[in-house]
Amino acid sequence: MTDSTNPSQPSDSTRTKEGLRPVTDTRLDISQPVLEVSDLHVAFPSEAGQVRAVRGVSYAVRPGEVLGIVGESGSGKSVSSMAVLGLLPESAAVTGSVKLNGRELLGLSDNEMSKIRGKDIGMVFQDPLSALTPVYSVGTQIVEALQIHQDLTKVQARERSIELLDLVGIPDPKRRVDNFPHEFSGGMRQRAMIAMAIANDPKVIIADEPTTALDVTIQAQVLEVLKKAQDVTGAAIVMITHDLGVIAGFADRVQVMYAGKPVEAGSVDEVYYSPRMPYTIGLLGSIPRLDDTERRALTPIEGNPPSMVELPKGCPFAARCPIAIDRCREVEPTLSVKEGNTHPTACHRSHELGDTLDPAAIYPVPEVPEASDLEQRPRGERATVLELDNLTKHFPLTKGAVVKRKVGVVRAVDGISLDIREGETLGLVGESGCGKTTTLLEILDLPKGQVGTVTVFGKDTRSMNRADRKTLRRDMQIVFQDPMAALDARMPIGDILAEPLKTHGWDKERIAARVPELLELVGLNPDHADRYPQEFSGGQRQRISIARALALEPKLVVLDEPVSALDVSIQAGVLNLLDELKTRLGLSYLFVAHDLSVVRHIADRIAVMYLGRIVEVGDTQSIFDAPSHPYTQALLSAVPLPDPRRERERTRILLTGDLPSPANVPSGCRFRNRCPKYLSLDEAEQLRCRDEDPASAKLADDHSAACHFAKALEVI
Amino acid sequence: MSTATTEQPKKTAKRQSRTKLTIRRFARNRLALVGLAVMVILFLMAYIGPLVNKYDYLYHDYMAFNAPPGGDHWWGTNQGGQDLFALTMRGLQKSLVIGLLVGVISTLVAGAVGAFAAYYGGWADRILMWIVDLLLVLPSFLLVAVMSPAFQKAGWLIFVVLLSAFSWMITGRVVRSMTLTLKDREFVKAAKYMGVSGPVIIFRHILPSMASLLIIDTVIQVGAAVIGESGLSYFGFGIQAPDVSLGTIISDNTTNAPAYPWLFYFPAGCLVLIGVAVSFIGDGLRDALDPNASGAKAKAKKIKTGETKAGATNLSNQLQGPTTSTDVLSPS
Repeated sequence: MTDSTNPSQPSDSTRTKEGLRPVTDTRLDISQPVLEVSDLHVAFPSEAGQVRAVRGVSYAVRPGEVLGIVGESGSGKSVSSMAVLGLLPESAAVTGSVKLNGRELLGLSDNEMSKIRGKDIGMVFQDPLSALTPVYSVGTQIVEALQIHQDLTKVQARERSIELLDLVGIPDPKRRVDNFPHEFSGGMRQRAMIAMAIANDPKVIIADEPTTALDVTIQAQVLEVLKKAQDVTGAAIVMITHDLGVIAGFADRVQVMYAGKPVEAGSVDEVYYSPRMPYTIGLLGSIPRLDDTERRALTPIEGNPPSMVELPKGCPFAARCPIAIDRCREVEPTLSVKEGNTHPTACHRSHELGDTLDPAAIYPVPEVPEASDLEQRPRGERATVLELDNLTKHFPLTKGAVVKRKVGVVRAVDGISLDIREGETLGLVGESGCGKTTTLLEILDLPKGQVGTVTVFGKDTRSMNRADRKTLRRDMQIVFQDPMAALDARMPIGDILAEPLKTHGWDKERIAARVPELLELVGLNPDHADRYPQEFSGGQRQRISIARALALEPKLVVLDEPVSALDVSIQAGVLNLLDELKTRLGLSYLFVAHDLSVVRHIADRIAVMYLGRIVEVGDTQSIFDAPSHPYTQALLSAVPLPDPRRERERTRILLTGDLPSPANVPSGCRFRNRCPKYLSLDEAEQLRCRDEDPASAKLADDHSAACHFAKALEVI
Repeated sequence: MSTATTEQPKKTAKRQSRTKLTIRRFARNRLALVGLAVMVILFLMAYIGPLVNKYDYLYHDYMAFNAPPGGDHWWGTNQGGQDLFALTMRGLQKSLVIGLLVGVISTLVAGAVGAFAAYYGGWADRILMWIVDLLLVLPSFLLVAVMSPAFQKAGWLIFVVLLSAFSWMITGRVVRSMTLTLKDREFVKAAKYMGVSGPVIIFRHILPSMASLLIIDTVIQVGAAVIGESGLSYFGFGIQAPDVSLGTIISDNTTNAPAYPWLFYFPAGCLVLIGVAVSFIGDGLRDALDPNASGAKAKAKKIKTGETKAGATNLSNQLQGPTTSTDVLSPS
């Protein structure tokens, strides 16, 4: 980190009470800002009218500073950065001013911008796969980036690109430089992107959701690399993300965007510890936190962001704001420092917040549903709903078009045993590619000819006939990750909800009565049954998915990442709904997720999966308080907390490398080649890890880990 | 939408089924209604026209060879003195039925075979695709030509079967490849895990999802069948003289068309009308089945508010491409 990252210093700013434009934080005024954006407006023409995607964004970043821009999807954060880079389509109307070192960028021709992009401004995009050209080697692409802007010979450029790859932590860069993008893992591709972004010593790096597509452990690595890149180049970073946790640990200053406008800006500490805009307060209250020890209901922000075509008069947040007054619906507030506040907000009532209004109390906290009788019974006394014993799913790897030869085995799921009791939520977590989804689908397929057994409600799936299977399907249902893909876009939602009922032979009258009941159950208007899924927002669609899953009154619901496609403010509502339904209807959940904070919030027990195996399983409390498998520890420590101070104090356990391919599982303990503990062991102990596959060992009453040297460690 | 716009106060909150909604949406499309009307008129003309006309299509008026339209012979006569209106109506009867049947049957077969092959995979897929490849390799025109004398007595229904049997394979392959991608979509999986059986999934979820392809294919097949039928008839198979079809009338009169243009314009005009009507109906059906289509949306402004908002959010989401996909793409 550079010296400018001490925002907790007392401010000696000479700010006026008036709105600041651009919103600058004068305390960091060690030098002139490198990038200064003021009053940026972007509008797109569309069938429905003008889409005003960005409506007056202003910021300035100085060398070595990190500015975080947070907002939900559709808030205009990406569009504003595209406008800075001059990458918007011609049809977009961009006004305002973007100054790089005092030079106006808006209005420059594409040719002139090309000389700046990649040289003075480096870019890191969200999806590293589509940002790299698949037909050229990574080295060629870095060389190209270098030679466009610098006068280097081929040999020099190649040497430099190897240096760059080394800098961003690509192992064996000399060999890797000639690899193609598809030979790189997601994390490595993003590193290569960072290498390209810093190739020409840029003054500003714009990172648009650089870690969103990555797993937490990889995210931690990439953020580390980005920080290192900043140290080396001394560049300013504009970091755009929806993840409040990432910003907390990484940025110096934050700007919160809503409906195309910044609504609150300030140092991370100010914004996180004393938010003064209801939207920010709501956002911070709606995220489940990894360090929550007590079970609490999340506070969702009701409603949806407004349409950017017909923005309502007044404050765009007024419709969702719990403390909106008449004035909010009339006059749109400007971003300015209000009386008694330390940082600028765009809210008419922010001067009251923290004074007469308690920021923590403005959102009505939904009640935590009282635990039902079922949930209060001890675990041992409850019936087992689902039991897996040594569940295995191997896919053969074949070669050859005509005659298929078997060349290997992908061990997607390699012997999983777990059980779920009535009224219980089991969270299954792990990185992408560890076999979570395969496990789910394998359970739902009610397989016949596999190794290991799946026992549902006490019945072994292997001994079931067709009719049994169909009956069983009634009792277990699934909710998928992407609510758009999971609902047939060509059916009105009434028909979608009726489908499971029809399939299981309900008659017409009962279906007609059940559909509105279901819609009400998940908090939707029963009159909307003849609308199509497209007419609903993401969160509402997910509610429809949940309603469909509950149609037949199942006992077990399998949830495959049910909230990961939703914005945080919406996610909170869906999580609360799931919680409430579970208690009310006595459901059991198998909840698959990669977001550990969500899992902590909802699960009673947790199973951590790594490369087709469960490495640690136990009740939520023990997993989070005393994680004992080194992988669990690393996973937990990689999750960023939306708490700047704690985030700064934390030391992360960084894993090296990526998840190995399930086609090539290491001998002995499958985690050993990334294991931080393995390195600290002596020769004999290491030998044991190499040769002996650790079996799951009981550590406490309901806690076991598959590690030879399992030892609890506090990491949160 | 949470912008729960108060829809017009409904008498009952009764849910509209998909079929009813589709019909309502279809009815909103003007062009589709025009197409439907044209189709109905053509059918009426074909079957009622001959009753009104005083000439039979078999009658040769030796007083009027190649007479221009007007007066006694509404659409004129041909070289043999046959009344063109009577001929065209007779031809229309055959061509309409053959064209529509072949179009619909071949598309249905293509949809069913393609979807079943891809959905079930394995041996079902292999065997069905062998059949498809076999039929593709066989020169179908020749085969129909060879086989049709055997069926000469059996009438035009066999002819429909033969024509459809040889015109579905390419579409079948396209349907198969589309099904391969669709069957891994989550809504199909969701239905599967609900316990819905394979054939129901295919007809309820998979085929409607590719409705636009199937409908366009039907439209093309109708035109192709009418032309193909005339081609075969020209060579003496299919519709045999003295019976006529649109195709035979057009091909019989091609040589005389430059001098006596009505001989070409009237039958060809009917053919074009069939094509246009079918494609309008097809467009309307496609829009009615596809909830994203703007054409079928409610026109009334008040109801629309809810929908425009939805549309607008979609749009702003699209503009926000990177951001939206963000949340969707997050690691699973």
